[in-house]
Amino acid sequence: MTSATAGAAPAVAMRSITKRFPGVLANDSVDFEAREGEVHALLGENGAGKSTLASILAGLYRPDAGEIEIHGRKVEFHSPRDAMAAGVSMVHQHFRLAASLTVADNIVLGHRGTPWLRTNPATIDSHVAELAKRYRMPVNPRARIWQLSVGEQQRVEILKSLYRGARILILDEPTSLLTPQEADDLFETLRRMTAEGRTIVFVSHKLEELMAVSDRVTVLRGGRLVGTVVTSETTPPQLAQMMIGREVVFAPSREARDLTGGKVVLELRGVSADGDLGIRAVNDVSLAIRAGEIVGIAGVSGNGQRQLAEAISGARARTAGDVLASGARLRNGDPEDAIARGVAHVPEDRLGTGVSPSLSVADNLILKSHRRPPIAMRGVLRRDRIAANARDLMSRFSVAAPGPETPTRLLSGGNVQKVVLARELSSQPKAIVAANPTRGLDVGATENVRSLLLKAAADGVGILLISEDLDEILTLADRIAVIYEGRIVGVVPRDEADVQQIGLMMAGASAAPTLPPLKPS
Amino acid sequence: MRIQRRLTTPRWLVVAVPAASLVAAFAAAAIVLVVAGKDPIATYSRLLDRAFLAPGALSGTLVTATPLLFTGLAAAAAFRIRLWNIGGEGQLYLGAVGASGVGLVLHNQPAAVIIAGMIGGGLVAGAAWATIPGLLKAYFNTNEIITSLMLNYVASLVLTYLIFDSRSFWRDLSTFSARAFPQGKPLPDAASWPTVGAGLAVIPFGFFVGVLAASALWLMYRSTIFGFQARVLGDSPPAARYAGIKTRRLVVAMMALSGALAGLGGASEIGDFRHVLDPRGLQQSGFGYSGIVVAALARYNPFAVAVVAFLLGGLANAGYSLQGPDFPAGLVGVLQGMILFFALGGELLLRYRVSFQ
Repeated sequence: MTSATAGAAPAVAMRSITKRFPGVLANDSVDFEAREGEVHALLGENGAGKSTLASILAGLYRPDAGEIEIHGRKVEFHSPRDAMAAGVSMVHQHFRLAASLTVADNIVLGHRGTPWLRTNPATIDSHVAELAKRYRMPVNPRARIWQLSVGEQQRVEILKSLYRGARILILDEPTSLLTPQEADDLFETLRRMTAEGRTIVFVSHKLEELMAVSDRVTVLRGGRLVGTVVTSETTPPQLAQMMIGREVVFAPSREARDLTGGKVVLELRGVSADGDLGIRAVNDVSLAIRAGEIVGIAGVSGNGQRQLAEAISGARARTAGDVLASGARLRNGDPEDAIARGVAHVPEDRLGTGVSPSLSVADNLILKSHRRPPIAMRGVLRRDRIAANARDLMSRFSVAAPGPETPTRLLSGGNVQKVVLARELSSQPKAIVAANPTRGLDVGATENVRSLLLKAAADGVGILLISEDLDEILTLADRIAVIYEGRIVGVVPRDEADVQQIGLMMAGASAAPTLPPLKPS
Repeated sequence: MRIQRRLTTPRWLVVAVPAASLVAAFAAAAIVLVVAGKDPIATYSRLLDRAFLAPGALSGTLVTATPLLFTGLAAAAAFRIRLWNIGGEGQLYLGAVGASGVGLVLHNQPAAVIIAGMIGGGLVAGAAWATIPGLLKAYFNTNEIITSLMLNYVASLVLTYLIFDSRSFWRDLSTFSARAFPQGKPLPDAASWPTVGAGLAVIPFGFFVGVLAASALWLMYRSTIFGFQARVLGDSPPAARYAGIKTRRLVVAMMALSGALAGLGGASEIGDFRHVLDPRGLQQSGFGYSGIVVAALARYNPFAVAVVAFLLGGLANAGYSLQGPDFPAGLVGVLQGMILFFALGGELLLRYRVSFQ
């Protein structure tokens, strides 16, 4: 590990940090050092301990052992407030903003210097506006949080930290909800901040963006430090190998196939559906997916993807349009009908919808087949068959769990997703609707999920892949449809896909005219 | 002090925490007794004696435990899937109305027919009463705690109306004194449920029905499609909808099941004990509310409900028989309140790990 070469103390020095949770050693004597003015990436799989380390630095957890120095001064944080006082602030993956308050209110909320009665709003507004301008983070101080896009909300979180004088900013998976353009804007902002001598700790497991934004990378695996490398002297494969301890076979970017002429297994005709608040979320969507085809739906989070998936699987009633599975119309708002007709669904919210969290793995593996023989006979569940089914699927899909009776919520995200996929794929589906199937999964689990989907497609299953990860769609899909505000704004075969174009369409820029005409499917 | 959420709850804790809650409740009530100038040890030993040890005490305890067993099961069945049916009290009243009504209608039938009819009447009436909040919950998303609770008052007024404020079928109008002092029509002798003498105690028929119901409930949750769907719904409603489970029907059915169990309790009250629709007696017992305490202490396990109902039945029975100038009348109520308080507090220890550093 490089020590403070320039003589000045490093901005952050964490030494021999150990943190134990019940049953897990989350950090095992980890050293971490970040210099002033650098973007230092913290890389690792889920469960590698990177979030724990970041949370310790932000004062959310106290380490069981080890010490922290900030700018050469030994500190002990008892709360995030202590960390803030030392100039350390964290922007969480899930924002902590009060939705009904204004941007300015959120920024001053809870700040030590804020008096009980509001200071002159104009002063705050101008201060916020000045910060926003300096870092090129355009946001209206008077706007209310609920009116803002996810990217704008993130800017508010960052401004909040800067307003409080943060010198060291920790960003936890900051790009997971952003479009490519928004992510580029964020990186530009980060560069402005480091130019002023601020330090960024960038927690992520996306190799490409780390390569683009960071100066150095510290890799964790299984709670231990693997090493720290200079970004310009490393490559994504090398980082991936450090991260998972072996060489990664990235899902083969397979040839996009032209499956026109294949049998249509899932067809949407003018499907519309409302969101939870009764506002239209899916607007007149028509698509046809053929046997063996993977159609990707690209879009920024919150553009109707979840509602679209639910409208197909029956979990949400359609307000207009039809869904046909192998030519048969699915009853509206009836998941049982979709299940019976071979439409599998890998939902976005895997723990809570995809599985019943407190039920055992064995019970979750029969979640959809529990009504029918061989699992049930005359209303009675056959426990021996439930157990046999669990043993079979857990070994075929290599679900790592202490046993079939383990409550599913205790499994890692990757294993929960394996449980979902094992159940859905073993039901012999004709079509699969998969919503963000790899979100939050580490490289190994992502690789596993993608190869399962590719194999299903090779076996003739039609797949509708709804994903906010554009790279995933570019890797897997044969055709790409872009959704914006509930409408499909364009469909392109993967070979003709242009990332810039798709990114603009995802952001709502009307780029449709320059696209090739929609291919009749 | 740090409080951390537990990922798993060790099995021994599931037994140890309610047991410790019980001990803590008695200890806390002892303080109340000392302040009131009573000797707690002497008072508790009298309670223990009258609940379980004295001649005939066990029989009395079983009579009190039987309705608690039913209302405890009713609460446990619903609470297990996070359906908060607080209406056991009213469902028990309606069960009593249904059972006594059927018993009166079938008065010249053989005993087996009458008893079977009374059981059916109690089941159906209790289930029907609970279906009201069930439907409201399923189709209008109303809070079942409020609607089921409010219906208890309605049920109580229905009871009063049937005997005191109307010339209903249930009211005894045969004699002058019965017309002057309203009371229910006595049921025929054949409508009295049989008892089984077993050594020290006389066991009411209803207790056997209750144990049977507990076993059925346990089996239902363990190995029926219906029970499986209920478990999924109780754990995660989105997962239930996703799995194609008809969640609305299930909510209504589970409320009806819970009400049917409480209604059985009402039938047993009539058949085993009262042999007449007796509004004041039912209203003063508060079995429906005590059933909630039973279910909570039993952590919704049907067999544990039977055990807890027996213990709390003993406590209540001793309270009735000891009531007098030398025994604090409110003590049993205080104890029950303390037990519930500590049992609910103990939940924290089951779900969270508390450590001191």
